[in-house]
Amino acid sequence: MCAVELQKLRHDRTELYTRAIQPALWLLIFGETFTRIRAIPTGGVPYIDYLAPGIIAQSAMFIAIFYGIQIIWERDSGVLTKLLVTPTPRAALVTGKAFAAGIKALIQAVVVIVIAALLGVAMTWNPLRLLGVAAAVIFGSAFFACLSVTIAGIVLTRDRLMGIGQAITMPLFFGSNALYPVAVMPDWLRAVSAVNPLSYQVDALRGLLLGTPAHLPLDFAVLVLAAGAGITAASSLLGRLAR
Amino acid sequence: MSDEQAVVCEGLRYSFGDTVAVDSLDLSVVSGEVFGLLGPNGAGKTTAIRCVTTLLPVPPGTVRVFGRDAATERMAVRRLLGYVPQQLSADSGLTARENVALFARVFDVPRRERRERVAQALDAVGLTDAADRMAGTYSGGMVRRLELAQALVSAPRLLILDEPTIGLDPIARTGVWEHIMAVRAATGMTVLVTTHYMDEADQYCDRVALMHQGRVRALGTPESLRADLRARRADGSAPTLEDVFREVAGSGLVEDGGEFRDVRRTRSTATRVG
Repeated sequence: MCAVELQKLRHDRTELYTRAIQPALWLLIFGETFTRIRAIPTGGVPYIDYLAPGIIAQSAMFIAIFYGIQIIWERDSGVLTKLLVTPTPRAALVTGKAFAAGIKALIQAVVVIVIAALLGVAMTWNPLRLLGVAAAVIFGSAFFACLSVTIAGIVLTRDRLMGIGQAITMPLFFGSNALYPVAVMPDWLRAVSAVNPLSYQVDALRGLLLGTPAHLPLDFAVLVLAAGAGITAASSLLGRLAR
Repeated sequence: MSDEQAVVCEGLRYSFGDTVAVDSLDLSVVSGEVFGLLGPNGAGKTTAIRCVTTLLPVPPGTVRVFGRDAATERMAVRRLLGYVPQQLSADSGLTARENVALFARVFDVPRRERRERVAQALDAVGLTDAADRMAGTYSGGMVRRLELAQALVSAPRLLILDEPTIGLDPIARTGVWEHIMAVRAATGMTVLVTTHYMDEADQYCDRVALMHQGRVRALGTPESLRADLRARRADGSAPTLEDVFREVAGSGLVEDGGEFRDVRRTRSTATRVG
């Protein structure tokens, strides 16, 4: 499944190019401006450095959270029906799709890292740490893709999924440590951040890329568990889409 | 033709909310035959097929495919099936070869045989020359043949086609059917097909069942159904299969059957191939 998505991407790369625009703007405009304002306490790191891992996570999530749209398109076009009639287990189909989302996000992450490097963000080039970054990006995206497929399995139509997707992306993004540290949040927002997998992903990325203090074992445990739970939920609801 | 039963439905019943789509359906398809499931929109054909393909849980009643229970032995049943749904379901973002290779993979065709089997399936539907073109550039008839190749790559014992020729021009329709019949002659697979085209059913099906409001109202070879109606006619004129259909379905259209989504889907299929 995963390989198929990549074949498609090879045939039509437009998606990759257009997807790169938004994170680039975040870094350039938001990042550069807030670096000058110095309004956000980042613990001695320049704000743009602090922001870069957050933008990697954010752009990966934005790709993944609308993955369910593709599933609904596949349902309407009959592709999904045909796949569900094959002996391949649903969990394998979902896992393939989830990791395809992860790979797309990874390509996106590379773009963001290159842009960040051009803007002078001091990041690690240690290959082991970069491998960790790749893993964090893939597991995070796999979770959000499965979340999206799960919602698709419940609401069943594109319009409703779009609405819900729009409604949850911003709270997930702003309710995380992507733009500002948890320490400056009001208590209720901290609670949101504590159950938000995006926060753990950003924490891991920041720790790996910038060497800021992070809770890597906890972060990865949360990401792997979340991806696992997402795959389970999505595959149990996938059959609903074919009815 | 052996007497083995490819598909047996007993007392199959399925409802969407208050609408009973399939009502105590009894049906048996003999191994090796081409069996046509006919009926007006909303008669329950597609629902019955979705039960056979294990997409819908089998509620009251049983469905068996070559002796395997579609409710409890889903995986075993799926291994026996090739399925072409009503919609045009080839992925337009992939080449024909990649489309077929995907189904070779999800049907566990052994890695070493894949390339060969994919080429054979494409050859069987006459798409070898266009195999590396994007499916998005195909005409409607070619997409249908590509879908046929996708369904055939796993060498199914039962091929299920849901309105395979909907929206196609007469030449493309004939092309699709000729490929189906050629593969069936070569492999002896069983074919279960739904269609609205009575001339097709008459020409290609060994037996047909006419469904109306969730039940089978007439069953037999096209010739015997026509002969039965002729015997009942006062003037003894020769009826077509369409006349048989009209008699079974009545002249009134079914207004409460079929979901809006089904109709929209059919229309969009027609638009895409047209």
